[in-house]
Amino acid sequence: MNTLPQQLANGLFLGSMYGLIAIGYTMVYGIVQLINFAHGEIFMTGGFGALTVYLYVLPNGTSMWIALPAMLIGGGLVSVLIAVGAERFAYRPLRGAPRLAPLITAIGLSLALQQAVFNWYPDAKTDINFPQIDGGPWHLGSISISSGSLFVIIAAPICMAALALFVSLSRTGRAMQATAQDPDTAQLMGIDTNRIIVIAFAIGGFFAAVAAVAYGLRYGSVKYDMGFQMGLKAFTAAVLGGIGNIYGAMIGGLVLGLAETMATSYIDGIPGMQQLGGGGWASVWAFVLLILVLLFRPQGLVGERVADRA
Amino acid sequence: MRQRSLVILTSVLTTGALTLTACGSRDDSGDSKSSKKTEIIIGVDAPLTGQNSATGLGIQGGVQIAVDDANKNNTVPGVTFKVEAHDDKAIPAQGQSNATGLVQNEKVLGVVGPLNSGVATQMQQVFATANLVEISPSNTAPELTQGKNWQTSKSRPFKTYFRTATTDALQGGFAADYAYNTLKKRKVFVVDDKQTYGAGLAKLFKAGFTKAGGKVAGEDHVNTGDTDFSALVTKIKNSKADLVYYGGQYDESEKLTKQLKDGGAKIPLFGGDGMFTPTYIETAGKTSEGDLVTSVGQPVDSLPSAADFIKKYKASGLKGDYGTYGGYSYDAATAIIKAIGNVVKDGKIPTDARAKIVAEVQKTKFDGIAGPVSFDEYGDTTNKQLTVYQVVDGKWKAVKSGTFNG
Repeated sequence: MNTLPQQLANGLFLGSMYGLIAIGYTMVYGIVQLINFAHGEIFMTGGFGALTVYLYVLPNGTSMWIALPAMLIGGGLVSVLIAVGAERFAYRPLRGAPRLAPLITAIGLSLALQQAVFNWYPDAKTDINFPQIDGGPWHLGSISISSGSLFVIIAAPICMAALALFVSLSRTGRAMQATAQDPDTAQLMGIDTNRIIVIAFAIGGFFAAVAAVAYGLRYGSVKYDMGFQMGLKAFTAAVLGGIGNIYGAMIGGLVLGLAETMATSYIDGIPGMQQLGGGGWASVWAFVLLILVLLFRPQGLVGERVADRA
Repeated sequence: MRQRSLVILTSVLTTGALTLTACGSRDDSGDSKSSKKTEIIIGVDAPLTGQNSATGLGIQGGVQIAVDDANKNNTVPGVTFKVEAHDDKAIPAQGQSNATGLVQNEKVLGVVGPLNSGVATQMQQVFATANLVEISPSNTAPELTQGKNWQTSKSRPFKTYFRTATTDALQGGFAADYAYNTLKKRKVFVVDDKQTYGAGLAKLFKAGFTKAGGKVAGEDHVNTGDTDFSALVTKIKNSKADLVYYGGQYDESEKLTKQLKDGGAKIPLFGGDGMFTPTYIETAGKTSEGDLVTSVGQPVDSLPSAADFIKKYKASGLKGDYGTYGGYSYDAATAIIKAIGNVVKDGKIPTDARAKIVAEVQKTKFDGIAGPVSFDEYGDTTNKQLTVYQVVDGKWKAVKSGTFNG
């Protein structure tokens, strides 16, 4: 049996999830040059927001066809509120301060959010079950797709297309591009840059919530510390694609997901590499890839002006 | 502007730091009204939060009930026992730091725990230096009692360390025997989490399974904390294995089995007692049906001697899963309490009490709620009972109990 198509699909599902989270890193960086290290936790709270809607808002046994959109809205709402709140209360007061200050705030915020969920969300000290879509696995040629993976493979392209259209066609989208290029001049041209920054945080938050719902459906549970590893990977994806570039974030996510999957399945088959392959080494190879890209193409795979602003 | 941002920065950092420390400490408030009696503390070390905490809380609960019983029955006249539970978060370094703290408290005369073998390796030396007795209800790594070269020449590294659980050497072999002879499986894919417990168990299963005549179709490793196993699942499917053996804890295996079955591989996952918790079934849901584990001892629910314990546990509203180790923790705590009873008379603690208690524990012999309790020359339990459990209709069901001698 040829496993390559299945492994490519696995990489695609995983990568789409990374890509969705990476959007949040890349948009915020593109506009305010801030690496929002609390974004992984914004992703996590989105998952808990969606779960809250299912457990405490909807009546028991609601069909997933109704529950899922409601959960997306609920999770999105929580993530957006936290992202915007973080911008307003943790980052905006520090705008203009040395770079290190907001970075440390971001790390503090990330710990605070994680511990808040850990301490105050009922039963959040271990995995909490996430509602599942029944059915599957579906087969497409030699590829089998589980119901959880189906969600991400449908949601990610829709989100991306909507974002691309928004950024290139709408007035606000064009204002975002202008702000990203030069915030001071954009402001002189009559663009309310504060509003643009809030919108960037909100979009990043909503996409993170979509990714969190995808995570819950795919892995069956959510956990207070799930944002750490996913956030780190998504940040890597954003840098890989070229931080600041929204298409780069998606492509970086896919490349990273594929790299991990390929590393798990093929590296230990190479003679002399048995010790360095398999599932335990997937993350190592993902980061090796990152280092290689940064060495030979520091602007990332797709590229964004980083050198002149950083 | 600068000052204001500094204020915000500090406050955010402090909030973060405060929440962090808040979850590290456990309330150790007990009533200090009974002033006449000597207070003796039984320490507990287990993961009470985070990974493995469902099982870890069961250890704390088991000890709590043993101590409550001892206080109620006045088992040791003139002494009030108290439980002091430390959270090791399943992290070896945290366990070592907890051990240091317990050793320094003179009132602590015995410790139950830890849950994880990997944590135990970092705690043994600390307890040994202070002559403080430690009984683990769940450690199964053979080298803890029989030394690094246990397969060739056994030698006990620490005389203060005991356990009421039997070792992986028996558990891995027992599982291999069941897989080959009862389930009639012939090709197995072996996965482990590279930890002391998981890797050791997987190695012993592999040895037993190939010795019986089975074939290893493939091997792989995962990291603790991993969530995506889709690539691994594809590898397993492609290997045409008819069974997956997993050496590790429920945190990863419950996700692995879900992804395995969602990926269309209809083969059971077989693991050790690290997977034996209701959480495994809750998280994996229907996909866990038919999965198997081995666990030490006999199911506590099936033992008439434990009926009273289970009733008390349920009535107390204690959290966690008593089923796996609660009973063994009760017995471990009872062994310590009995030993203390032989050393402490009328509430007077002799100067070298800790060393005397270690000697008393070594001589222990009584019928515990989970079976006879006594220790051999290595500190291992003499009770070599093992049980295979299978998920049937969403519940762990004991399918075979027995002893295994390699």
